Amino acid sequence: MASDGKHHIIPLPVYFQVIIALLILTVVTVAAARVDFGALNTVIALAIASVKAGLVLAYFMHLKYDDRLYIVAFGTGIFFLLLLYFFTWIDEATRIIQNPVL
Amino acid sequence: MSTVSFGSETATKPHHHAHHFESDDHEYNTSKLGTWSFLITEILMFGGLFVGYVLFHQKYPQMFHAGSTFLDWRMGAVNTVVLLISSLTMALSIYYAQTNQRKKMLVNLYITLGCAAIFMVVKYFEYTHKFHLGLGPGNFFKPHGEGVEVQNALKYLADYPNIGMYFSFYFCMTGLHGSHVLVGMGLITWLIVRAHRGEFDSKYYTPIECVGLFWHLVDLIWIYLFPLLYLIG
Repeated sequence: MASDGKHHIIPLPVYFQVIIALLILTVVTVAAARVDFGALNTVIALAIASVKAGLVLAYFMHLKYDDRLYIVAFGTGIFFLLLLYFFTWIDEATRIIQNPVL
Repeated sequence: MSTVSFGSETATKPHHHAHHFESDDHEYNTSKLGTWSFLITEILMFGGLFVGYVLFHQKYPQMFHAGSTFLDWRMGAVNTVVLLISSLTMALSIYYAQTNQRKKMLVNLYITLGCAAIFMVVKYFEYTHKFHLGLGPGNFFKPHGEGVEVQNALKYLADYPNIGMYFSFYFCMTGLHGSHVLVGMGLITWLIVRAHRGEFDSKYYTPIECVGLFWHLVDLIWIYLFPLLYLIG
């Protein structure tokens, strides 16, 4: 772990640029939801959300400037979440539907 | 409580690292790694709900769309903006701690707490409106009363007898998220009390950093909840 006794300080203007980007992306999310992209609707919404999440992680949570250790730790969590999704999806997609109620 | 003079730049009650740490930095890094580990467990807890939501949404897209028409996207958008701003002020309070501007640090903590309160008030109005119309989760989806919304709900219920599932997801996900906002408010209050006592400065702001990380995660989860629940259905 880095222990040089100094923590990186992100300059104030960076924080304000990030919040402006986040607010613009929120408007984009709402606007994109009003257009019908068919099957891509969810993908587009999740893609925009992920860009926003990336900005929060990188700047507000300082991951961009921090020790790599924290990226690896957080990435591990995301990896296992994707693993959960992947195997649930495989199961769900390959089932033979016998009684399609709902 | 505010007997502390903020004229002095550094903490009036300086922090000394616990004896089992080698240095202040050792303590800081250990606390942070512990917080990130906790955040992973949070991701996995919410992750189960997200995976369930996405899979059932793929399976029954019309039913989920019908359910989402009962959410007011404007309320969701207001809450998104409020949470984003609270994330900014949380990050700013760390910046001001790092630069020994302790009054601004405290002001930003108060703004963060205020934004969290606004979020919960909006949530309260959304929830009570749904309870009032009988739009509950699962079997509790029993629309009653007058108005266009109730008529639509009854119509959708005839088309999709299991539309209550959408509201099960809605109440579970936003409810779990909302309880995190309440916990965050408690933690920020604790920070404010300690900041008033003059415990934080550029040398020691570990609690603000760690509560900040938690607060940003609450924001992160809402960034995904808003489009999934309110916008695409």
